[in-house]
Amino acid sequence: MGILEKINAEQTAGIAAKNYPEFHTGDIVRVSIKIKEGDKFRIQDFEGKVLAIDNGRGSVAGNFTVSRESYGVRVEKLFPFHSPWIQAIKVVKKQASWRSKLYTERTFCSHKAVRKLVKK
Amino acid sequence: MEGLIGKKVGMTQVYDADGKRLCVTVIEAGPCPVVQVKTMEKDGYVAAQLGFGVQKLWKDPEADKEAHGGRSARNRISKAESGHLTKTGGLATGVRVLKEFATEAGEEVKVGDVITVKNFEGVKYVDVSGVTKGRGFAGVLKRYNFAGGNMTHGGHSKRRTGGLAARDLPGWIEKGKKMPGHMGDVNRKVTNLEVVAIRPEDNAILVKGSIPGAKNGTVIVRKSLKNNVKKGA
Repeated sequence: MGILEKINAEQTAGIAAKNYPEFHTGDIVRVSIKIKEGDKFRIQDFEGKVLAIDNGRGSVAGNFTVSRESYGVRVEKLFPFHSPWIQAIKVVKKQASWRSKLYTERTFCSHKAVRKLVKK
Repeated sequence: MEGLIGKKVGMTQVYDADGKRLCVTVIEAGPCPVVQVKTMEKDGYVAAQLGFGVQKLWKDPEADKEAHGGRSARNRISKAESGHLTKTGGLATGVRVLKEFATEAGEEVKVGDVITVKNFEGVKYVDVSGVTKGRGFAGVLKRYNFAGGNMTHGGHSKRRTGGLAARDLPGWIEKGKKMPGHMGDVNRKVTNLEVVAIRPEDNAILVKGSIPGAKNGTVIVRKSLKNNVKKGA
């Protein structure tokens, strides 16, 4: 094993113990993130639709994008699978997805907002 | 020791103590045997010559000798070099790279010592120099980040150099005018790279950011000249 593989294996070793559930793009997930406030830590949940999974969870560079609408504003967060800040991932709802990357959802959402504006 | 010779292994990402993702380059630095010690009395300056890597001597010495009348033809080290390494430097195998480094004040090294990556312990910043990837004969867009001409609207100078000079005045092209030519494959140094981790078990040093050259390229890692005091303290 080369040095690079060894370092990557060290980075990805912890994920087995965390038991993240299987999820795919289109699923609604709830991600518990540790947030630092001053000296204290608290857990904040971020619930939304998985738009994309990049590089896979086995890879050291694995990410997934979660998107939700919060007070009429679309919020997207990119979570690295191996980030020490992620406490737990829970699948709220399984949904069939028709693409591996749901970036078109971004335009759907803005469309909705536009309609809202027009109504006013 | 001022620095070490190393090899660029590649890039990856690691998490620091705050859980922040860092983009790091892994450099395999050392172990470097001291081949020769330069002294003030004899050479007029103080330094140590370090070696790095294993130079292949020959593929199959016996078969080679047979094919070349009892003499190995694929020896990659000349007799003079071999003598320098084995007799002076006390090395059994040939090294790929030889490079001199200044020794630090109060530091005593002797021939046969092996300098490892532990040399960088406590060092916050390093300078890394290497030979950049060769780009061959490159145009001005790639070489000097020229904007180029229009791709559409009937653009006829899409990736061309464009005008070179004025007309009658001055009547010639300035020296050093940016034109297409050979790009890359030159020595470059990146300074003040943050040391993320030192792994003596792998002879590896992890620095933040990118360094010149391709994977497996030889690089020189030096303790940073400018920054070790300024930012770290």
